[in-house]
Amino acid sequence: MIAEIGLAALWLAAALAVLQMVSGAFALKSAEGEVNPLAIYARPAAVVQAFLAVLAFILLLRAFAITDLSIKLVAANSHSMKPLLYKLTGTWGNHEGSMLLWVGVLAASGGLLAAFEKRLPERTMGATLAVQGFVALGFYAFLLLSSNPFERLPVPAAEGTGLNPLLQDIGLAIHPPTLYAGYVGLSVAFSLAMGALLTREVNPSFARVMRPWVLGAWVLLTLGITAGSYWAYYELGWGGWWFWDPVENASLMPWLAATALMHSVSVLAARDALRTWTIMLGVLAFSMSMLGTFLVRSGVLTSVHAFAVDPERGAFILGLLGLYIGGAFTIFALRAGAVAEGKRFAVASREGALVFNNVMLSAILAIVLLGTLYPLLTEAFNVRVSVGPPYFNPASAIFAVPMFLVMAVGPLLRWKSDKPARLQFELALIAALVIGVIAAVSFFGQFPLLPLLGLGLAAALAVAAFLPLRGRNLKRVPVATWGMVLAHFGVAVSLFGMACEGAFSQERLAAVAPGGTEQIGDFAVTLERVTPVAGPNWTAIEARLAVSEDGGEPVILNPQARSFWSPPMSTSESALLTKWDGQLYAVIGNQAEDGRWQIRIWWKPFVTFIWYGGLLIGLGGLLAIAGRVRVDVKRRSATAKGAQRRADIEALGTPPTPIPAE
Amino acid sequence: MRSRLFLWVPLALFAFFAGLAGYMLTQDKDQFVESTMIGQPLPQFALDPAFGGLPGASKADFTGKPRLLNIWASWCLPCIAEAPQLEALKAQGVEIIGIAIRDRPEDVANFLSRYGNPYTRIGSDRISEVQLAIGSSGVPETFVIDAKGVIRYQHIGDIRADDVPVLLAELEKAR
Repeated sequence: MIAEIGLAALWLAAALAVLQMVSGAFALKSAEGEVNPLAIYARPAAVVQAFLAVLAFILLLRAFAITDLSIKLVAANSHSMKPLLYKLTGTWGNHEGSMLLWVGVLAASGGLLAAFEKRLPERTMGATLAVQGFVALGFYAFLLLSSNPFERLPVPAAEGTGLNPLLQDIGLAIHPPTLYAGYVGLSVAFSLAMGALLTREVNPSFARVMRPWVLGAWVLLTLGITAGSYWAYYELGWGGWWFWDPVENASLMPWLAATALMHSVSVLAARDALRTWTIMLGVLAFSMSMLGTFLVRSGVLTSVHAFAVDPERGAFILGLLGLYIGGAFTIFALRAGAVAEGKRFAVASREGALVFNNVMLSAILAIVLLGTLYPLLTEAFNVRVSVGPPYFNPASAIFAVPMFLVMAVGPLLRWKSDKPARLQFELALIAALVIGVIAAVSFFGQFPLLPLLGLGLAAALAVAAFLPLRGRNLKRVPVATWGMVLAHFGVAVSLFGMACEGAFSQERLAAVAPGGTEQIGDFAVTLERVTPVAGPNWTAIEARLAVSEDGGEPVILNPQARSFWSPPMSTSESALLTKWDGQLYAVIGNQAEDGRWQIRIWWKPFVTFIWYGGLLIGLGGLLAIAGRVRVDVKRRSATAKGAQRRADIEALGTPPTPIPAE
Repeated sequence: MRSRLFLWVPLALFAFFAGLAGYMLTQDKDQFVESTMIGQPLPQFALDPAFGGLPGASKADFTGKPRLLNIWASWCLPCIAEAPQLEALKAQGVEIIGIAIRDRPEDVANFLSRYGNPYTRIGSDRISEVQLAIGSSGVPETFVIDAKGVIRYQHIGDIRADDVPVLLAELEKAR
């Protein structure tokens, strides 16, 4: 019965999406200051739809929790022997379940928007909800017509066939839902952009409504990508943290677009500039989310990440892409000309710096998109190509390096127009840091160019991130400014980790007999013994490694090579020794004929900073949201418009000197 | 009035992508065309070793018996997927000579220790010179070379389990 209720909830939700779409569209017919009587159903429809979609997801969670083997999806992806946590995470570790999660988040964010957003003009709100309903409808159709998660088996299975063991990891409990919430949060930005475009209401108050959604989605994407990268790093046992795989790029591309959007929506909110550009990015960011879904689900590209792929489903999603992205770009082309440009500004200004960085981010996005799709293009001419780091690293660095430089200076510039000469001290400091660090590091040896540049830029950024606070009363600095400072500092921290990992990593691969010792960096690693161990649904061989630093007290590491039996598959569980200044990463390989074991050890200095930086960036985003909410609450009580605008400009981080009058 | 044609650019780009993706979805994934180099002798080449552990590769190495020439790179993800199949071929007594494309010695060594080493020789092709000369444009690709150094068969993309018998049959034909 439970599965049938879930299915019914989905059908009802789909029907409500139709109501929301139609009713919302009537809002466009509303006269000035009035609401069309047929438009009043959009909000309640969105709220109830959210409830139903979330209910359907909860029912599927329950089916997985109790391993209901009469449901095809559960039988195909779960197993009664699995630990409960992985039974639950198995709900979204497959195609149908992850699409249901996607729709659930989409509906929930639409419901939240409908329930709590009161500032938008009713016409724009109606149009926005209509678009949101339209998007949701497509994904309901996808679930109900081609990927029904609640499909029953004619005869219940005796036992499930398990779950991809790579996915039986705590990383997977966190990573996909976070990423999805971010992906789908961008759907609200998309719907708002379309709604504003349809009603021509692209202005600062619209941007203030859009901003928390963009910030929230961006924070979730940041955390999701950070978690995903760490997961791939320790779970795949390859010792790398980013592979430029199509599936990874699928999450990076919306993040790049959302980063640009977040900055441009702030400019629109504070300065009423970049109207068309903000709308474009709003459309682009969610388009990238959907494109990512398409690439991952359709199997048109080869990826090492295992996913259920199916060309027919690919065709369905491609149809949805055509409808939504094609439709959005068409409306954009027809309407964007009617959106006024907004306020003007000089090249040397805060806006100018933000535009520059927006363009750089877009260029990196184009580089990643091109590299990801290039194999698809050449394959059309029967040439198979694999595009890897030799392309992505230098090509993206060309745009990332100037972006980081301007990022260091941008927050110090004044709005509207500024004289770079005013920032002599800051510019000299930044230049000295970049050059000084590169020179100092080069003194100690030969290092590759990109990590070297990364180290110099990281040092400059780390200092520059705090310069906006210089000469200010720290108690009166707005929370959102602290958010920006923290996020920019987080970028420096991540960059530092990436550069160190690239420049200073050491590696040792050895065949070791039990009792043998290998030296790597300051560490002596002794293979004490190799023993078989068993888990709930796997067996493994486990090495006991005694790691001693500089002859100190040894620490035990236990890397495993696991074999799962349902489905049969082997994975490598790396063992990590985390120090403040880096990680020792150990993997056990095969046994050679002479009885020695293959052991692989890396010393990766400061590698953890990559993810600490990601967390700091996310935390900065959270602070920015908190700051905005506070400002919004205050603004509601304040009546004067001027006070509100000042608060907003202040929240973006005012330069130490007063804003020049317009 | 200012031209607003540029506003249509995103739609045009997207339409191109959608057309391409749609076309690719309808294509059989394992479709394959013969290189113009099939039936031709290998061009002259002599490559330095790709890392310390194995000798480099040259045209002179392809005499006496049929061999596989595998074009790969440590940065290439499908090459990881292919590794077990190369091991299977090696276990069948096939000699595989590798050419590593735009690679670094330490990366090559890392890759081999991680995913196994099916090769007897690996040449380092830093600028894709030899790769282009034999009509390969991507990694991985695998060629069957007969005892006289003539290219007899080309496999584009990673070798899947189903491809192993095909390659073994082609090697037999080239004998």
